[in-house]
Amino acid sequence: MALKTVSGVAECPECFAEIELTGVMQNEITQCSDCGADLEVVNIDPLELALAPEEEEDWGE
Amino acid sequence: MKIGVIYSRVRAEEKLLFTALEQRGVDFDLLDDQEMIFDITAVQGAAEQYSHYDVVVERCINHGRALYSLRILNDRGISTVNTAQVADVCGNKLQTTSALTAANVPQPRVLIAYTPESALRAIEELGYPVVLKPSVGSWGRLLSKINDRDAAEAILEHKEVLGSYHHSIFYIQEYIAKPERDIRAFVVGNETICAIYRDSAHWITNTARGGKSSNCVVTPELNDICLRAAKAVGGGVVAIDVFEDPDRGFLINEVNYTMEFRNSIAPTGVDIPARMVDFILKVGKDGWAAANGWQHDMQQPYLPVSLTSGVSAD
Repeated sequence: MALKTVSGVAECPECFAEIELTGVMQNEITQCSDCGADLEVVNIDPLELALAPEEEEDWGE
Repeated sequence: MKIGVIYSRVRAEEKLLFTALEQRGVDFDLLDDQEMIFDITAVQGAAEQYSHYDVVVERCINHGRALYSLRILNDRGISTVNTAQVADVCGNKLQTTSALTAANVPQPRVLIAYTPESALRAIEELGYPVVLKPSVGSWGRLLSKINDRDAAEAILEHKEVLGSYHHSIFYIQEYIAKPERDIRAFVVGNETICAIYRDSAHWITNTARGGKSSNCVVTPELNDICLRAAKAVGGGVVAIDVFEDPDRGFLINEVNYTMEFRNSIAPTGVDIPARMVDFILKVGKDGWAAANGWQHDMQQPYLPVSLTSGVSAD
């Protein structure tokens, strides 16, 4: 498969800043350049961000 | 060859791996574990679910999802990287320690106890300080360095009252006075491809907790202990945490089976995701044992039983 990535602007759900995103994928974890919140790309068309999920007990390597 | 990659979220590691697969021209699908449904009881039709993949690569964030997905796939005879065996052993520190002991791999002394009273006796037998760890967990979460009896009593009581049942399986590790750093070594098949030092003035050195990474030369001695540790847990692609004990030399602390490597490519200069792709393709072409450089008769005895071919890790 070809990786589907997009670039554009989306709103941070935490601080409502407009964030510039470059080459992001669906479900990619990113960070708000304004407030530092951990975010997840939940939609790429149109670009939409949500707060990244809270760490769970069995998360890790 | 067709590859599937199970993932939860696309972190830096997943994106690097996906990009490496794409650059190599590999035909692969992304399998979002939030969307997957395993028809686990099917014996016909749906039993062929995922069987069109030559290899399924596991990159879940949750240990539970990783372990169960691999188990189901291996039981159906589908090759995976890593295997359910590796996930089962590495995802639980108690099982890792026991496997390393069975393989005679040097490690810090560990005592296991099931009640606060016996845990306190175990702690005092080891001598302060000790490190109390949850048997399942990562990124340095809920590790406790216990310096005296007062702290021991308080932490044991808190764990018993506030924790779920597995927090009352007390994993008590000897504290190693390491030189403000430990080593994270990356093993792919039968080679330690690179290693980093994780420097931190704090006793927890995980880079997720602020430890700084720099290149660590892989000496024959480091390579040897890491390969022995990797083989003890079932082989594959693993990241091994190594302590340098002033008297005993290298000691294996932990083995990680869904390894994170974003902070290790630049300092080592090794293209870790490309090496992972090499291994994945070799598993698809030659099988698990060959990809690990093992003779068939050197395979581990602990193999999931396959519904289709007897054993599934080959």
